[in-house]
Amino acid sequence: MSTHEQYADDLALYALGSLTESEHGQLQTHVDECAACRRELQQLRGDMALLALSVGGAAPPRRARQRLLDAIAMEPARPHEIARSGRGWLAQLSWVFAAAFAIVAAFVWKQNSDLKQQVAQVQTQAGQQQAQLQQARDIVNTLTAGDAVHVTLVAAKSPPQPQGRAIYLRDRSSLIFIASNMPPLPPQKAYELWLIPDKGAPIPAGVFKPDSRGAATVVNPPLPAGVVAKAFAITVEPEQGSTTPTMPIMMMGSGA
Amino acid sequence: MRSGDAGAMAALYDRYSSIVYSVALRVLGESSSAEDVLQEVFMQLWRNPGRFDASRGSLGPWLAVIARNRAIDALRKRHPESDVDDVVVSVEPDLAGEAERSRAMEKVRGALAAMPAAQRSALEMAFFEGLTHTEIAEKTGEPLGTVKTRIRGGLLALRKVVAT
Repeated sequence: MSTHEQYADDLALYALGSLTESEHGQLQTHVDECAACRRELQQLRGDMALLALSVGGAAPPRRARQRLLDAIAMEPARPHEIARSGRGWLAQLSWVFAAAFAIVAAFVWKQNSDLKQQVAQVQTQAGQQQAQLQQARDIVNTLTAGDAVHVTLVAAKSPPQPQGRAIYLRDRSSLIFIASNMPPLPPQKAYELWLIPDKGAPIPAGVFKPDSRGAATVVNPPLPAGVVAKAFAITVEPEQGSTTPTMPIMMMGSGA
Repeated sequence: MRSGDAGAMAALYDRYSSIVYSVALRVLGESSSAEDVLQEVFMQLWRNPGRFDASRGSLGPWLAVIARNRAIDALRKRHPESDVDDVVVSVEPDLAGEAERSRAMEKVRGALAAMPAAQRSALEMAFFEGLTHTEIAEKTGEPLGTVKTRIRGGLLALRKVVAT
């Protein structure tokens, strides 16, 4: 993740406290939301520290040390962090152990979380592979079924170079359609395959666009169960497909 | 109980007071004000030691930045602009060791000396004088964008030289 370039220069000024109040407020809002810019801000403060440390060398007057210790002695006793550490090194050691335990716990939790993620990924992959395998089985079953209706669709007009082959298994509502030599389509158009039933209106059976060689396939489009196919037809439709065919019919083949 | 704490604070003071005082003196230019900043910074550390997050950097760089910010506040006679706990300082490599810090400072001084004069000047005006980019632009007669880029570029140059 990188810093947002549009904020880069201003982040340096922000670190230095050199922005106006309104500029500071605007950038603060972004920094609160952006981890990358927060990280860069920390590093810019690190750069500032380098500049500050480069000054080095001046020793404060001796009295300053005593002044500080006197001021500390005057402070009311409070149960804050340093006060707790006053129980000695043993107390500090317990804090070290507590911190170490917290780090180990965080590490184990992180590992556990990572493992869970990995398991979920493997499960998702397995599910996808299972679905792909099932789809392949369906295709083979449809292609090899003895009771499948094989229909070859050709161009309505000669020369009959474009060809479509529909293999339909009514009992399983399974349809595989393979087209070749399909003419290129106008922009924003697609071919739509129609199942023309015994009775009733044509049923949409998949929208497809041929590749550069004019080849295309439609595999198991959603179809109502048990429809007897009288014929299959292809029309040119808008890319998203239509619910009723737009004339003329480009290709057609009878299931009889 | 309290004496143990004061002893720990005295040890911290002995180790880091020179850093804090030097920065404050460089910004404020006179010792009594620098001494006040020194006192203020260590009192803050005493009152709220938890505000320094050791997991996010070593104490020296953090104190140096806090000292600079407090000195600029004093210079400009303004209230502290940011609370101490807002300030997280990240330096890589970590400059916890004396020898490491000393080597890094040599590099920083070298980088500052090698910097174009206009860039070094813009950086120092922003850092040690607490001038805004607008004030620097007015003072130098240079465009705001140039001033901004010089300041950031100067800081990045220091980071780069210490990282190598």
